[in-house]
Amino acid sequence: MRRVVITGIGLVTPLGWGVEHSWRNILDGKSGAGQITVFDTEGYGCTIACEVPSVDGRGGGGPDTPGSFDPDQIMSAKDRKRVDDFILFAIAAADEALADANWKPESTEDQEATGVMIGSGIGGLGPIADTAIVLKEQGPRRVSPFFIPSALINLASGQVSIRHGLKGPNHSVVTACATGAHAIGDAARMIALGDADVMVAGGAESAIVPVGIAGFLACRALTTSFNDAPEKASRPYDRDHDGFVMGEGAGILVLEEYEHAKARGAKIYAEVAGYGMSGDAYHITAPSEDGEGGYRAMQMALKQAGMQASDIDYVNTHGTSTMADWIELKAIERVLGDHAKNVSLSSTKSMIGHLLGAAGAVEAAFCALAIRDQTAPPTINLDDPEHETAIDMVRDKGKARKIDVAVSNSFGFGGTNACLILKSVS
Amino acid sequence: MSDTLERVRKIVIDHLDADPDKVTEKASFIDDLGADSLDNVELVMAFEEEFDIEIPDDAAEHIQTVGDAVKFIDEKTAG
Repeated sequence: MRRVVITGIGLVTPLGWGVEHSWRNILDGKSGAGQITVFDTEGYGCTIACEVPSVDGRGGGGPDTPGSFDPDQIMSAKDRKRVDDFILFAIAAADEALADANWKPESTEDQEATGVMIGSGIGGLGPIADTAIVLKEQGPRRVSPFFIPSALINLASGQVSIRHGLKGPNHSVVTACATGAHAIGDAARMIALGDADVMVAGGAESAIVPVGIAGFLACRALTTSFNDAPEKASRPYDRDHDGFVMGEGAGILVLEEYEHAKARGAKIYAEVAGYGMSGDAYHITAPSEDGEGGYRAMQMALKQAGMQASDIDYVNTHGTSTMADWIELKAIERVLGDHAKNVSLSSTKSMIGHLLGAAGAVEAAFCALAIRDQTAPPTINLDDPEHETAIDMVRDKGKARKIDVAVSNSFGFGGTNACLILKSVS
Repeated sequence: MSDTLERVRKIVIDHLDADPDKVTEKASFIDDLGADSLDNVELVMAFEEEFDIEIPDDAAEHIQTVGDAVKFIDEKTAG
């Protein structure tokens, strides 16, 4: 099997547009949460979310606030009618990742060797809901011709391929909150098997819309006790956790076959060394109580990477600030055994919220940056740990330490689990 | 310039983000103004709304220029 490395990263997160904005805020332990600005939350049990700060004031951004997302720099207002925000975020992050990788395929050969694999958990939920209202109130003839192409999940991959002339495999993943991790793992396999030399892979989400918030509230998945203190709401492993905070954005990696990257002198962040998958076969929204699905995904990733648990330095958990956090932590402890005390762990969702289908990709990006900077990102709001653990729970600020191997877990509704293992390339 | 032409031009300029100087009676939405087939559908919907008329699909297929639209709308609203 061919080796696969990460040569480019692009991020649009609730802590800013651009990798360096997001990453600096992560290491500083900042929260991206605030009151929802994009719709009136009167009557909703949850009024907060982690919105992408934007020049129009969304998410606490503004024209003079560094790192604010500016849609005009990505697409004209006319073209934006064709894309929901999750696609817009994906395009912006893919632009950054490809520029970071310095990969601009122009020959037919290079274009055909470059594919795209961007997923989303629920895609164009906003346009679907809005169009349903138009249909009911005004009838079928008033439905926009741009509705379907703006809402379809694989149109993120489609738009990115059209924009950059990427003619290799064009694919998409939908596995709820494991989407981003599966997209990266599956894309890495395509490179390993020779289907492509380069893949633009990741996830994107924009579900901070009325039906998104109401729907997850109905599942009893969202926080409801911290509407007056949004920055305190996402608190994985803390006793007072009471549900996740919805996030939005996109994480995109440029994955590349190792020799291909070396031959063109590309900067290499890390190698995608292992990828494990499993199904719980248990419940539609809850993980099995012993966390054995997540455990098996981690074991499979270790096996594929040819590693032992004792090789692991840092774990970026799924850790959504729900009752499932402890189940995952126990599964990680079971994997690590006596090595637990040597491992640092955090949930960056404490700062950016839960980006659903983008989460796994953004968190894999953070793992790559943790390896680059030899710094583990923190968990914030871990004021009163619910359980004792031997694992080093990095709190409040980034922590400098040796990180050669980083693990990223992502689990999704339906009982789907993914684990990525990244390792440094010397 | 007729009132219909002005109103059609405004819709076309707004929806296609088109250079006003290029939006003449002879201008083709696709060939001259950068529209694609989906833009054409949206334009026809906007004409229907602006002039409170219904443009059947077979008629819409023949509305390819600003002038085509003005002619159809004038005939439809004259009666």
